[in-house]
Amino acid sequence: MPDATGLELIRQELGDSVIDTDFFRDRATLVVDPRSIRAVLGHLRERGYSAMASLHGVDYYPQEPRLGVVYELLDMRRVDRVSVKLRLGSDAPEVDSVTPDSEQHAGWPTADFQEREVYDMFGVVFRGHPDLRRILMPEDYEGSPQRRDFPLGGEPVVFTYNESPKLEGAE
Amino acid sequence: MSTPPGISEYRRREQSITLSPLEQQVEQDGAAQTTQELLTLNFGPHHPATHGVLRLLVTLQGEVVRDIKPIVGYVHTGIEKTAEDKSYWKVIPVIERMDYLAYHFNALAYIGAVERLVEVQVPTRAEYLRVIHLELNRISSHLFWLATSALDLGAISMFWYGTRERELINDLFEMSTGQRMHTRYFQIGGVAEDIPPGWAAKVREFLDIMPRRLDQYGDLLNSNEIVLQRLRGTCALDAETLLAFGVTGPLLRAAGNPWDLRKAAPYSCYGDFDFKIPVGTVGDNYDRFAVRMAEMYESVKIIDQALEGLPEGPYITSDRKVALPPRHELATSMEALIHHFKLVTEGLRVPPGEAYFPIEGPRGELGCFVRSDGSSKPARVHMRDPSFVNLQAFSRMAEGSYIADMIATLAMLDPILGGIDR
Repeated sequence: MPDATGLELIRQELGDSVIDTDFFRDRATLVVDPRSIRAVLGHLRERGYSAMASLHGVDYYPQEPRLGVVYELLDMRRVDRVSVKLRLGSDAPEVDSVTPDSEQHAGWPTADFQEREVYDMFGVVFRGHPDLRRILMPEDYEGSPQRRDFPLGGEPVVFTYNESPKLEGAE
Repeated sequence: MSTPPGISEYRRREQSITLSPLEQQVEQDGAAQTTQELLTLNFGPHHPATHGVLRLLVTLQGEVVRDIKPIVGYVHTGIEKTAEDKSYWKVIPVIERMDYLAYHFNALAYIGAVERLVEVQVPTRAEYLRVIHLELNRISSHLFWLATSALDLGAISMFWYGTRERELINDLFEMSTGQRMHTRYFQIGGVAEDIPPGWAAKVREFLDIMPRRLDQYGDLLNSNEIVLQRLRGTCALDAETLLAFGVTGPLLRAAGNPWDLRKAAPYSCYGDFDFKIPVGTVGDNYDRFAVRMAEMYESVKIIDQALEGLPEGPYITSDRKVALPPRHELATSMEALIHHFKLVTEGLRVPPGEAYFPIEGPRGELGCFVRSDGSSKPARVHMRDPSFVNLQAFSRMAEGSYIADMIATLAMLDPILGGIDR
């Protein structure tokens, strides 16, 4: 982990794209402007954080902006980790995808499934993702189940007899 | 429509199918074009070789795989969502059920993250007991991989041998923790119970048997012409591409990158032990097989050292705000009773913050992200499961190979669908 000073140095390099830094329990986090996520991750990659260990979503309900996307970067040579976090509002959350989608944007192939999971669970739209579909939930599912205000349980098990309410109404 | 007597509706429909239009088309287009035809084959979700309910849309050109689209989510049970509705200590049993062959690893990744937030000091004896259980679990997970993978390659006897030794480990877990799987043995601040008398001797017996059995498996498989032909030189992928896809664990080490969190960033008490990291050279299926086989020997070594150096002392932290007081104190101490009541009814309150705790699972980096909002329930639990991330590289591994090699690659990938779907 970069220590608190190291984190501030990274912040200075990145300039205005970093909104805030957080150093908590030896974990260094950069809170960045969602619009500059590609540039920030690209810069960190050049700095040695070349592996993306994980990408996941968080819901900070009831805070605003409510949704968060966290990128856990890893420098395998120096065995060093840094987290990058961005926050998005809950209505129409959109951010640039970091999955490679063209020749110009090398991106992070590992982000593919993980961005799909965040889209599936939190409804964050990743602009430029080559194949943004639900991944864990059924494709016709409605809602973002991992959001904090989404009710727990109550999901009916679909059998043939309760599959379609239309059929019941016809009788 | 009435069905003729003696023939079922299904048979009637079956007999009505004719392939003549297709055959006519083939004749018209000529042989040159039909060899170019692509076939999309639905593979799974219920197929014995998919190790669970994995569905693959495979595009084939003849026998050659051109593209694979994995479709997952069939056993999605919303464990991450369930965890948000449970107090911290009640999350452990559900989180263990994600990757159901690596239950102790799931528990440690989660508990490690919570312990980091609470800043609790775990006694050394607890760390050693954890490592013993983790490495036993790693052997058991690899054994099950070996058993089912060999089955995929057509070697059924290996399945019985592999599960036979796995039973020994389950017996050990039953004796020390009371459960054969999903033991809930790891607790925040330590482990649930000290090991019973005689357990260490049983583990030593197992450690004596295991390397000899591994030698036997090696003799059985390493000189088996069929296994070698199926594995050697098939579906290799270089370390750089694997890393881009986020692949870690034995798959990455098979390609020659010695990245192992136990060595690179020792957690728990892995720094105390002397062990090697087996690496492969070219990253083909044989290397993936060989690396896991070699890892089991190393795990045996770690358990041996941990048993040898097992320190005396408490097995769980004495911090009463985190761990339950010992049973006998409840009869005599009012304070212990209050702590017990508070922990059981409300659970522990964790300071607000976020933590990400990565460990080396049997399949790669298993990281748990926990966000606390200061209450007694986690506000977010996310498991970075290696099976989920590793699956992304599968298409690249198997592209351009034969469909039979794809099955072998899937076996060597070792995906656990419980971990992928969570």
